Amino acid sequence: MQLTLEFGGGLELLCDSVKIHSVNVDLPAEEKKLTMKHLLAWVRSNLIKERPEMFMKGDTVRPGVLVLVNDCDWELSGQLETTLEDKDVVVFISTLHGG
Amino acid sequence: MDSNGGVDELLTELQSLKDSKLDIEARISVLEAQLQQIQSKQHPNQKGSSDCSNGGSESGHDLTPDMIYRYSRQLLLPSFGVQGQSNLLKSSILVIGAGGLGSPALLYLAACGVGRLGMVDHDVVELNNLHRQIIHGEAYIGRSKVESAAAACRSINSTIEIVEHKEALRTSNALEIVSKYDIVIDATDNAPSRYMISDCCVLLGKPLVSGAALGLEGQLAVYNYNGGPCYRCLFPTPPPTTACQRCSDSGVLGVVPGVIGCLQALEAIKVASLVGEPLSGRMLLFDALSARIRIVKIRGRSSLCEACGDNATVTHQKFQHFDYEKFTQSPLSAAPLKLKLLTADSRISSKEYDEVVKKGEAHILIDVRPSHHYKIVSLPKSTNIPLANLEDRLPEISSELKRKGIHDAPDAGIYVVCRRGNDSQRAVQLLHKMGFTSAKDIVGGLESWAHDVDQRFPTY
Ligand SMILES: [Zn+2]
Repeated sequence: MQLTLEFGGGLELLCDSVKIHSVNVDLPAEEKKLTMKHLLAWVRSNLIKERPEMFMKGDTVRPGVLVLVNDCDWELSGQLETTLEDKDVVVFISTLHGG
Repeated sequence: MDSNGGVDELLTELQSLKDSKLDIEARISVLEAQLQQIQSKQHPNQKGSSDCSNGGSESGHDLTPDMIYRYSRQLLLPSFGVQGQSNLLKSSILVIGAGGLGSPALLYLAACGVGRLGMVDHDVVELNNLHRQIIHGEAYIGRSKVESAAAACRSINSTIEIVEHKEALRTSNALEIVSKYDIVIDATDNAPSRYMISDCCVLLGKPLVSGAALGLEGQLAVYNYNGGPCYRCLFPTPPPTTACQRCSDSGVLGVVPGVIGCLQALEAIKVASLVGEPLSGRMLLFDALSARIRIVKIRGRSSLCEACGDNATVTHQKFQHFDYEKFTQSPLSAAPLKLKLLTADSRISSKEYDEVVKKGEAHILIDVRPSHHYKIVSLPKSTNIPLANLEDRLPEISSELKRKGIHDAPDAGIYVVCRRGNDSQRAVQLLHKMGFTSAKDIVGGLESWAHDVDQRFPTY
């Protein structure tokens, strides 16, 4: 499944400072759909190069990270249970505090 | 005394004249503003709708001729017009933080005619603020940011009321200060302030225009507006301290907070004038490097929110005793951390290190800052091995010691330096663990070197 993944607010530093990743994610074996839960595990093992604790806590993202599926807060689409479709754009952004 | 041709005396007199000039200018703008206030109270019909000379009774608004002329370009906007301007003139806005975000926000809010404009900050202006905090000028270095910002706002618009709060916002004064305003702009630079300000706005029912900027990115949202979410709805749990980067560590391109600060002024103007559709329930994400702005839909008010939910636990009473620094594990001011990880015998002061150099003692100096820091400035004969790579590059230290004929003995001279003396302690801990037991760090890093040893050494 073709997906565009974007990292911002400093999270890109965890994946070689690359902000936009065009990726192909296969459906997990014996599954009919790809959920955010699967995608997070995939991102953690395929894109995150350092300090994974800065990206995830338990099986979800760490506090202070917003997840947007097609420009919409994943809280509105079922968080970890959000089902992804081909060509979806998923954004991971760390909240900023500076000024 | 006259060894430098009287330059010192000239400089002293110049400085004292400049200081007096600033004081006089500030006093003039205060007096002008007071005069304006008194005159408008004594002659209310000059701007009142009963004054026939400016046709006030027929136009049905209370803008004076001066106001009509000053704000004419806004009055000409069909979607803003007289009604929008009148609403704005009756509104009050509080800007918390007169820094990178607050600077442009304050300038625009003063210029556009917000009736009462308040500003809170306890900091003083520093030279390394000026690239982004454009409301302040060189003449105000070392002086209160609020004084500086207020003078700049008064020089643009002496007809509005400007209120100076020269103090840090704390749980003890926040409710009192914020309650005097209709709308709040969060232009602060740290996580605990953001939670504190949001909770305070929820308690008092004030819309909150929240902006943030770091590096080359910015974020903007309007919270607690028209049934929309508050900051805690979105971020119920504070992020780990390590995820809270500061401009003083990570850097920021001046214009980036400028863009976000301008947008904060715009959102506050929209809320105050009841014009347009404020950025509530949405968030704006700005990426300067790729020139992209993305507006995303965020969750609505959460019924489980501690601050604004159905069973909210944040009350006036609790707020005043809530420890936001403990909650977020980070300080309310942007002051840098001062870690103490090592015992005294594993550390030396910058002055002591200066002695080591002067005596010509054989040693190596490892600078563990990131390489882009090292490029700004470094001590002579130091070796740059960033903390992140230290473990992988230990063999370089061994060979460097060998090259200088220093034996890997308990008293081998291995010194570690960084910018402020935090990372150097982490590095020494690692070195001790890896067998370099003689490693010591320089207390206070290059900042203390510049302060105590070489005043001409650049700081950043
Ligand atoms: Zn809330």
